[in-house]
Amino acid sequence: MKFLSFFLVILIIFTLNLLKADEIKLQNKITKNLRCLICQGQSVYDSDSEFAISLKLVVKNKVNEGFTEDQIYKFLTKKYGEWILYDPLFNKNTYILWLLPLLIFLFGGAIILKKLIKIKK
Amino acid sequence: MINKFFYFLIVIFFIFIFVIFYRGLGNSNLYTPNTEIKSIPKFTSKTLFKKGSLNSEDIFKKNKFYLLNIWASWCVPCRDEHSLLIDLSKAKKIEIIGLNYKDNSNNAESFINELGNPYSIILLDREGTRAIEWGAFGVPETFLIYENKVIKRYIGPLNSKLVNEIKDYTK
Repeated sequence: MKFLSFFLVILIIFTLNLLKADEIKLQNKITKNLRCLICQGQSVYDSDSEFAISLKLVVKNKVNEGFTEDQIYKFLTKKYGEWILYDPLFNKNTYILWLLPLLIFLFGGAIILKKLIKIKK
Repeated sequence: MINKFFYFLIVIFFIFIFVIFYRGLGNSNLYTPNTEIKSIPKFTSKTLFKKGSLNSEDIFKKNKFYLLNIWASWCVPCRDEHSLLIDLSKAKKIEIIGLNYKDNSNNAESFINELGNPYSIILLDREGTRAIEWGAFGVPETFLIYENKVIKRYIGPLNSKLVNEIKDYTK
């Protein structure tokens, strides 16, 4: 019996650890996608400026409160504008940015296809 | 013929790129994004010099201008703008509220004792998370508030020109 309860405690500790690890992973994922607005060319994850330290804490608190990744991005873009995100959102200002590589890819594919058909003939 | 046209196209293309880059040289590389913070965030905060905490609703009332100034005793530009804030605090129509950013209470108190207190209330922000609720970048930063809305925001220290602008707003 004693062994069983000991085993149970160990099991609970390990599952809690896993949960915590998931949270930290999410925090890191989010802070890596946030631009440190007062440092040049660094993400919040990489930076140790006062601003970035506070922002990391805010993200941590939000994750603990149960906010999803998208909700946190939404919250921060409301405060700091879309510039804080490294991945720009898909909207009317950015659709060319997102779709242009795809169009170029299709265009290139079409050229190659045309050439191949020509060679076969 | 096609070859000539091709060269012409390349030259045009490079001139086009050159013009764009040349114009870009003159632009500032400091980018401040537009934020959508129109109404002030709700919060509860501890205060310096007084015990207990305050709600944002109790601080910001309608029909009055408020200036929220984010400062810290370790921030050198804050020291420079402090005399301007004291000057502004003499105006009756405006109330200045301080947000003490990532500071130690003893240092903050000695800063105020040394340079004077322009603030009616000093809120504490030990971790810097409250400043993020305001969309602030760091210290010093100042928000002009009226009817629970941010009408103007000043990033960096105030100067006499900006103080006159604030006075014009509150006339």
